[in-house]
Order: sequence, then C-alpha cells, then structure tokens
Amino acid sequence: MTNKPKLKLATTSLAGCFGCHMSFLDMDERLVELLEQIEFDRSPFTDIKQLGPCDIGLIEGGVCNAENVHVLRTFREHCRILVAVGACAINGGVPAMRNHYSLQECLEEVYLNSPDTVNPHIPNDPELPLLLDKVYPVHEVVKIDYFLPGCPPTGDAFYSLLKDLIGGREPQVEKGRLRYD
Amino acid sequence: MTTEPEPKLICIDGQEIPFQHGQTIMDAALAAGIYIPHLCHFPGITPQGNCKLCTVEVNGKPLTACTSPAADGQQIRNNTTELNEARKALTQMLFMEGNHICPSCEKTGNCPLQAMAYHLGMLHGRFPAQYPLRQVDASHPTIMLDRDRCILCSLCVRASREVDGKNVFAIAGRGIHASLIVNTSSGKLADSDIEPSDLAAKICPVGAILIKEHGYDAPIGRRIFDQHKISEIGLEKEIVARVKSDDQ
Repeated sequence: MTNKPKLKLATTSLAGCFGCHMSFLDMDERLVELLEQIEFDRSPFTDIKQLGPCDIGLIEGGVCNAENVHVLRTFREHCRILVAVGACAINGGVPAMRNHYSLQECLEEVYLNSPDTVNPHIPNDPELPLLLDKVYPVHEVVKIDYFLPGCPPTGDAFYSLLKDLIGGREPQVEKGRLRYD
Repeated sequence: MTTEPEPKLICIDGQEIPFQHGQTIMDAALAAGIYIPHLCHFPGITPQGNCKLCTVEVNGKPLTACTSPAADGQQIRNNTTELNEARKALTQMLFMEGNHICPSCEKTGNCPLQAMAYHLGMLHGRFPAQYPLRQVDASHPTIMLDRDRCILCSLCVRASREVDGKNVFAIAGRGIHASLIVNTSSGKLADSDIEPSDLAAKICPVGAILIKEHGYDAPIGRRIFDQHKISEIGLEKEIVARVKSDDQ
C-alpha cells in the first residue's frame, strides 16, 4: 500500500430503485481491494448525510422531484468527477414512463383511483419534495463527465470504471460489454 | 475475337469489390461481406434511405449506400471515425425522439436499434429527451403496435406492400409530426388484414410491432444480439425467423 491519499467517493440514488447500488456491491471481494484506494463520503453505504469535497460522485436514478435537483446540484458542486450510472440516470429509465401522463393524472391514478386505495387523498405534507412535471435524465440538469449504461451496470462494469478513474484514465466501456438492459 | 469485359469494381475503405449492373453500393458491400451500418434496409425490399445510417462518402460526397447505384471506380469511405460518430449522433437522435426504455421493452436483446447503439458505442442520448406522446394500438388480438418505439424506418410499410401483398401501414405527416398509421377507416390494427405470419409483422427493427404473448419466449441472455453482433452479414433473415407466433 502506498501513502497516496485515498480518493473520496460519494454515491446517491435519485429516482432509481437502488439496483445500481446493489450491483455495485456485486463487486464482492474486489471492494476490499478498492477500499485501499478509495473511501466513501456521502452514500447509502455509509449513511453519511452531508457531502464533503469528493473526487468521484456516482449518480443512480433520474430527476423526478425538487429534492433530486438539490441533491444532484450539491453533488456537482462537491465532486470533481460526476458519473451518471444506470439507465434511469442516463435517460430517465422506467420512472420516465410516467412522462406519458400529466402529473395530475399520475397522482390521481395512484392516490385516488387505484382500486385498493384506502382513504384516498393526494399526499400534501409540506415535508414531501414537490414532484417535477416529468422525469429528466441527470445530464439535462447538471454537467455529467462520464456515463455507465446498464440496468443495472454489472459489478464488472463498476469495477472497470473505478479502476480507470483511480488510475487517472478516461473510463472506457468496451463495446462488447455494453448493455442497456 | 471476343474479349472478356473488365470486371467493374468499387473501392470501399481501400478494398476493391466487384458489383453487377443495377446493384446499389449496399448490395455490393453485403455481397462482398462488408458491413455498412443500416436499420431501414432489408434485402429484397425497395430501399428508401430513411435512417441515413448507411451514409458513406462516395468520391468525397456523402450518399446513402442503400439508394446509391454502384458505379465503376467509386472511391468509398465507410468505416471511418467521422462517419461512425455521425452515425452515433443519428442513433442518439432516434433514441431521444422516441420513448426507448430498454429495460422495460420486450424487444431488448433482439432489437437492431439497440444493437446498433452498442455497435457505435453509444453511452448516452446526448440530445434533450423529447418524451413524445404517441398512441399505442393494442386492438389486434395477436399483434401489438407501440408507436413510442417507432423510428419511421418504413420497413413495415414496404414489407406489407411488396412482400405480403397488402397495404396495412403508411407514414402520415412530415418531419417531427410524421407518424406510423394503419390504413383502415378506424385507424386500428384490428380492422386491418395483417397476420402474425406477415413479414410486416416481423420486420420491425425496434419494439414498435410485436407479436403478442411471445415477447419472452427467449430469455434475456439467449437473444439474438446476445449471440451475434449487428455487423454480421445476413442477420436480417435470422432476425425475422426468430420472431415466433402461434400460427407457426
């Protein structure tokens, strides 16, 4: 082990399913090796809530509400390199299927008209982040440096991305390993 | 005394290949085993040059290979960084102009559009996502029409007219307002004479026309582009053959 300072890595899930985070853990024992060279900052893995200055930020999920916008902008401010990870971050993914309908139609379908609804009402607690009119890809809100497609990207794809970034190289996704599903 | 006519040749990326009178650049290239990326070309169906992915430089001028006749001595550039980057940009536009959510699409793994994006190394959509509102037509008992994924290649239009001897589909409107329509008074597929065995029902290079109840016959991982690359020549017949329906 060298005395080189560890790279700071932050991750978050916006409008995603945490599948990308689960796939990140599929790196299995290679995580031990990576942790020699990186340390986590804010991430669901650490439960650290405040984001400090970071080298790498991984964004899972698209942008569906005001809080997502805030978190994404905070990540952009604090992360030297920001990577959109997975189908939802890259093009909205499955949550973007709601873009077919108006926000009002979505809320009414889920909270008023759904056949198993008890005490139907549209949630209006002021603590709830306001939904955006549509789900957006993250690169339409902030500048994104690299993209890692896949639903989810495989553990191998995460490993290859992080090894490239740790090594100071441009991340390369081999064409033969590219998957969107 | 008769002399053998000199074989006529075109040169693609430095490789000389023969062609016969009447062949397009695409025909000659495919016959010689040279891949020119394409989505709206299908052997035996009249080419229309819709998708523009087969754009090559012929004597320095960009032309669609599927509609341009081969002519003796043409110097053609095909597999170049510049052309492949332009093809990638076109593919990104196709993705962003429709609603292409691969993880939720039955066609994933069997989809030439997706495979084209893999071939060109597309990592993101680049352009603003349009999320257009388009009509789904689920009226037909065995065939689904999901216009969200239609790239207006018109293969179904041409296959129906030229091979099936029917006239099920048409493209209506122009530019960004163009859409795939069904030639019935109701506009519904159920009222047309399309059948699952028709080429028009099988030829779609995206997930816009699907045979119902067969989307997951082949599991993900055993689909055509899990086993093949889109750059393999002659894959079109295989793609069509793999579309299963109850009447086969």
